[in-house]
Amino acid sequence: MLDKHGIAKRIAQELQDRWYVNLGIGIPTMVANYIPDHIDVEFQSENGILGMGRFPTEDEVDPDLINAGKQTITARPGAVYFDSAASFGMIRGRHVQLTVLGAMEVAQNGNIANWKIPGKMVKGMGGAMDLVASAQNIIVAMMHTNKAGKSKLLRECTLPLTGVNCVTKIVTNMATLEIKDEKFHLLERAPGVTVEEIKAATEGDLVVPAEVPEMKI
Amino acid sequence: MAVINKVVKDAREGCEGVQDGMTLMLGGFGLCGIPENCISELVRLNVQDVTCISNNAGVDDFGLGLLLKKKQVKKMISSYVGENDEFERQMLSGELEVDLIPQGSLAERCRAGGVGIPAFFTPAGYGTEVQGNKEVREFDGKPHILESALTADFALVKAWKGDTAGNLIYKATARNFNPLMAMAGKITVAEVEELVPAGELDPNEIHTPGIFVQRIFQGVNYEKRIEQRTVRES
Repeated sequence: MLDKHGIAKRIAQELQDRWYVNLGIGIPTMVANYIPDHIDVEFQSENGILGMGRFPTEDEVDPDLINAGKQTITARPGAVYFDSAASFGMIRGRHVQLTVLGAMEVAQNGNIANWKIPGKMVKGMGGAMDLVASAQNIIVAMMHTNKAGKSKLLRECTLPLTGVNCVTKIVTNMATLEIKDEKFHLLERAPGVTVEEIKAATEGDLVVPAEVPEMKI
Repeated sequence: MAVINKVVKDAREGCEGVQDGMTLMLGGFGLCGIPENCISELVRLNVQDVTCISNNAGVDDFGLGLLLKKKQVKKMISSYVGENDEFERQMLSGELEVDLIPQGSLAERCRAGGVGIPAFFTPAGYGTEVQGNKEVREFDGKPHILESALTADFALVKAWKGDTAGNLIYKATARNFNPLMAMAGKITVAEVEELVPAGELDPNEIHTPGIFVQRIFQGVNYEKRIEQRTVRES
C-alpha cells in the first residue's frame, strides 16, 4: 500500500521530457518532489506563473509570489508571469500537456467530482472545471477509498460533477488504473496489495488482465 | 498639450461615487494583489448591498472578509471562497447570494466585458451544475456552454507601479485578475505601490494601458498578508 508520497512518486514517472504540467492542491503538489533528473518539465500554476520553483527560504518569501494553493513559492530561471485569462488560455488551448488533480469520486465513464459536498462543503470549484474540461491528459491522484472505507471508484458519481468523460488515468494508494470503454482497467498493483483487495475496494466495473504487475517505486 | 492626468489623492477620492447596490470588481487571487486601500475605504463608506466580483472572498479579518463581516455584500461572484468561516455561514444561512464560476470562465468573462465581446463558448462546466440552462453548442464534436461577459460600475485594482497617465505594471503573481478587471470597469480605480510621472515607465513593459484606468493613486500601508506561508530549510 502506498502513502501519499508514494502516489506522488508513481505519478512522477508519468511525466515526459519538455512537458508543461499543472499540479493541483494536495498529493498532486508533491509530484514536483520526484521528477526524474533526466527530464525537463515546467510547472504551471493557474494563478499566473509558468516555471514555478521550490518553496522559498525564509529570506526569499515574497507575498506577491504564490501558487494556486496560496502558498509562497519561488520562480525558476526562465519563469514568466501572466494574467488569469492568459493562464486559462494555456489550459483551454491545450498548451499544458498534463493535469494532475485530486478527486472525491471518479466514475468508470471518466466523470469526476471533486468540488462540492451539498450542505457540507461549498467552497467553489476554483480552476478545476476549466482544467478537466480541456486537458488532454488528466491523472487523478487519490486514495482508493474514502475515510468511511467506501470506494471512490464508482459506476456513477453521486456528488456534483466537476467534469464529464475526462479522466483517463488514476493512481491510488492501491493501484494504477486506466479508464477505457467506460470501465476501469487495472494496470498495476501497489506494493503488497493483492488483486482481490483492489477488486473489493472498487465499486465500478473493473477489468483485470491475467497478469497484473506490481508498481516499481 | 499635456498628458491626460488620472491622479487622485487617495482611496477616498478614488472611490468617490461608489453607492449602495452597485456592482464592484476587485482584483486579486487570495490575498495576493488585492486593492487593500480601496477595500478599507469601502468599509469606511459603509456602502450596502453591493455585488462583488472577485476570485476569492478574503479571510475572516482581511481583504473582502472585512466587507462580509459588516454584511455590506449582497452577492458574491467568485470561483473559490474557502478560508472564510463568516462567508460560509452567511452563504449556508441564505443571507448572502453566491454565484460560483469556474476560474477560467470568470477571468474570460471579465476580459470579455472589457473588450466588447458579449459572450463566448467554453467547455468548462459542461455537464455540471454550472451549465444550468445556458446554451450548449458543439464545436469539433465537443460540447461547449455559452458564458456572458461581466462588467462593473467600479473596478478596483492593485498594481505595483503606475504613472500619472494610468499605465500599470504588476508584480509577479499579484497580476492575476487585475488587468482583466481593469478593462471591465465603467470606472477603474488603480492603487499602486509606486506612482511616477508619465514617461518614466518603459512603454515596452506596461501591462495595462492607461486608457482602461480612470483614477490612479499612490496606496499606503500595504500589509500584503500571506495566507499560506510555506518555506523550506535554507
